[in-house]
Amino acid sequence: MAEAKKYPTPVTNPETAQFWEAAKQGKFLIKRCTACGEPHYFPRSICPFCFSDKTEWEESSGEATIYTFSLMRKSPTGPYAIAYVTLKEGPSLQTNIVDCDMDKLQIGQKVKVVWKPTDGAPLPFFTVA
Amino acid sequence: MTIKGKAYIAGIYEHPTRHAPDKSTAQLHAEVAKGAIEDAGLTKADIDGYFCAGDAPGGAWPMVDYLGLKVRHVDSTETGGCSYLIHLGHAAEAIAAGKCSIALVTLAGKPRTGVMPPRAAGAEADFEAAYGATTHNAYGMCAMRHMHDYGTTSEQLAWIKVAASHHAQYNPHAMLKEVVTVEDVLNSPMISDPLHRMDCCVVTDGGGAMIVTTPEIAKSLKKPLVRLIGHGEAMKGPRGGKDLDLTYSAGVWSGPRAFEEAGITPKDIKYASIYDSFTITVLMQLEDLGFCKKGEGGKFVADGNLISGVGKLPFNTDGGGLCSNHPVNRGGMTKILEAVRQLRGEAHPKVQVPNCDLAIAHGTGGLLGVRHAASTCILERV
Repeated sequence: MAEAKKYPTPVTNPETAQFWEAAKQGKFLIKRCTACGEPHYFPRSICPFCFSDKTEWEESSGEATIYTFSLMRKSPTGPYAIAYVTLKEGPSLQTNIVDCDMDKLQIGQKVKVVWKPTDGAPLPFFTVA
Repeated sequence: MTIKGKAYIAGIYEHPTRHAPDKSTAQLHAEVAKGAIEDAGLTKADIDGYFCAGDAPGGAWPMVDYLGLKVRHVDSTETGGCSYLIHLGHAAEAIAAGKCSIALVTLAGKPRTGVMPPRAAGAEADFEAAYGATTHNAYGMCAMRHMHDYGTTSEQLAWIKVAASHHAQYNPHAMLKEVVTVEDVLNSPMISDPLHRMDCCVVTDGGGAMIVTTPEIAKSLKKPLVRLIGHGEAMKGPRGGKDLDLTYSAGVWSGPRAFEEAGITPKDIKYASIYDSFTITVLMQLEDLGFCKKGEGGKFVADGNLISGVGKLPFNTDGGGLCSNHPVNRGGMTKILEAVRQLRGEAHPKVQVPNCDLAIAHGTGGLLGVRHAASTCILERV
């Protein structure tokens, strides 16, 4: 088994700092607009739907289903499964499905958030629930 | 206001090279510029507008200086592989507005020889960069979902490569000239599920260029007359993650705009240049442009329907990006060039579409499964 994959450290910025602070506590945050009610991800200060600045942080359940995936077989760091998952709260996001039998992945499969360390805040990934 | 018939493509040139370790990138731009200017029967001094994208070293001002141009209009819109399809539309707008009268558009680079410079990061970088989205797996995710939703098969996707290979055998410059079968595609190694190696385009050094001008100037030159009669552009991304649907591209917006402006429908098209970074790219775009219903692309492309002289919609008769050329990992320019050859009657006799008077050149740029642009150009022989 190769050593644990090294992931890039989030750069962070004033708009997203709270997400990464929460990540250090194992909390997966999304944003919700209190004007139109829509949740979104990745987090923006202004709602990408109604353009209101009334957006608030909200903790996600971290529960999701696989919308689609592709097992990348030709990679210098070994095969990996890129995917879009749809959170229970609504937004879909890009991720990798990790720590599982990648040959058995299926669209519609239930997954949950799992954190992987970097030199700074940890990064969210998903694994089979 | 419309650009319909306001701009003509008077000169085209595709660099014959597919591997250029002995040339600089700027030099390749100059060589394709020279080729297109000569094809039009013009001189460099006639050029008063210049268009380039992210492949031009340093951008527009170093290129204008390097080429020794004196222009009154520039546009360096960067939308990846479809930049040049957007440039054609923007050149028509500039010409219609009197901002320039003879525009040069160039594309060139050497991804086969050296590593390409990284793209600048967007606001999403911290939330996506770690997951390793590449062209292969981003398009793989689209294919996977398309198969799930519509029952599209790998055999159907393979027919797209088979058709491209049938055309490439007649192109002396094509990187891959061998005719392949559906079985060959399915037996090639899996790269990123469900895309096999032969579902992927080639990586080539090279480039291409075109001259876009006014009706009056085009008519004073010697080449057959080819004009732009409709153009559309659009962008699509996950947009906050709401209602994600990777089974369609921004072509669903750019296509209808172009057809409406041209005043024609997909049924009128005699030849189609369709961006073919991967087989799935072609299938989704054909659906999005209205050549068949959403979800029926698999059936549409099967059994040689895209082969010139065999099927109903001859496509990419130069062999396309899948077999001939995908210079700088950007296929938009070569899509226009082959459409112009077809309209001029200059395609290889084995693939020339008889009486080809209406053609489409369509492409995407960026990553279909992540965020991308699309551009549609409808071209007519006058």
